[in-house]
Amino acid sequence: MKAAPFDYIRPSSLEAAVAALAEDGLTTAAIAGGQSLLPLLALRVAMVDLVVDISRLDELKEVTVTPEALRVGALTTHAAFEDGQVPDVSNGLMRRVASGISYRAIRHYGTIGGSVALADPAADWPGCLIALGARVRISNRSGERSEPMTDFIKGQYSTSLAVGDIVLGVEVPRMPTPRWGFAKAARKSGAFADSIAVAVARDQRVAVVLAAATTRPCLMAEVSARVMAGTEHALRDAIAADLAAQAPDADAYQKRLHTATLLRAVRELRGQ
Amino acid sequence: MKTATLELNGTSTKLAVEPRETLADFLRERCGLTGTHLGCEHGACGACTILVDGRATRSCLQLAVMCDGRTVLTIEGLRNDPLTDLLRRHFHTCHALQCGFCTSGMLITARDILCRIKRPDAQAVRRELSGQICRCTGYANIVKAIVAAGEEIGQGAVAQHMHGGVVPT
Repeated sequence: MKAAPFDYIRPSSLEAAVAALAEDGLTTAAIAGGQSLLPLLALRVAMVDLVVDISRLDELKEVTVTPEALRVGALTTHAAFEDGQVPDVSNGLMRRVASGISYRAIRHYGTIGGSVALADPAADWPGCLIALGARVRISNRSGERSEPMTDFIKGQYSTSLAVGDIVLGVEVPRMPTPRWGFAKAARKSGAFADSIAVAVARDQRVAVVLAAATTRPCLMAEVSARVMAGTEHALRDAIAADLAAQAPDADAYQKRLHTATLLRAVRELRGQ
Repeated sequence: MKTATLELNGTSTKLAVEPRETLADFLRERCGLTGTHLGCEHGACGACTILVDGRATRSCLQLAVMCDGRTVLTIEGLRNDPLTDLLRRHFHTCHALQCGFCTSGMLITARDILCRIKRPDAQAVRRELSGQICRCTGYANIVKAIVAAGEEIGQGAVAQHMHGGVVPT
């Protein structure tokens, strides 16, 4: 299908882009890689009056490492992570996650900022970034703010972004050699996942996150508490308890699938 | 209508397009470059894969107007490209096409694979090719052709440069 007509501008500064996105009476959308927005427009799932091209804004291209965190601009592509062009503060987790997103032709243009702004429940980045304790940096007319990723993602395709907000990038805290595990189940490689499990251990804090199970990635509290010690039996009990609390609508097949990805992620973490 | 200028298959091309027009539609409808095939028009089938600034991408997932200042290469523009030439020969020898609808996207994706991975084995090719759909289901021979082309490059037929194209040795 073809997208319904819309207007298009390519502002030359962040201020102009923010102003265009907040224009009164118009439904607007920011486009960077367009790898999710363009299919949504083509299928007419999304309809907009104005597309604002932010793909060349230098303000969204920053990639720096401070003593505290990796700051990565919203326009950084999945392929850039996959190819090791982004400094690694995650002991390889982000590279591994990026290389499994969709297909290479999509990863060449799809961006991390677009992924978090869309908040598809089955996307790879939101769950990974929540497990890493990352923050999102957002800009609008009144200035800049930063939010923990876990507060930023509200639900299915729903974030704290308001009209006129632009995702500047994400901030991943540095930690002494984090250990991690990652497992994903999809019917076909490159397709949206049916289950994603990410486990990250830094110092004594462990975060196990399950994505693609419900409307947003959720923290598996019982599993997180037992990652370092519990027996496999205890781990399975913890998974059952977390699933009952977080994904009560999962059917028998989905419960087995989530159990499998969570166990794989935890085993990988323990093996590191 | 919006205007943009891009380098298309080596020629500077000025375009006047509707903002909603995809690069694929621009190439086929306005430039007559029908070697780029459109299957699904939402990024799932891979038939319309082309190169923008040297990077393989779905032309149905690029707005033509966003390609202002970019370099676009379609299958027609790869006529004299040594690596594509070599792939064509192996596709021919291995009988790697049937109806031919997916072939231009397959060739460009195969080219991208060989630019990134040295001597890929069948498993690597299958993984990298998972975004390209062949409705004739002729994958076995497509994989064979790409593996064989990778082997020949490994023996020094052409030199590879990631994203930067390929030069004969």
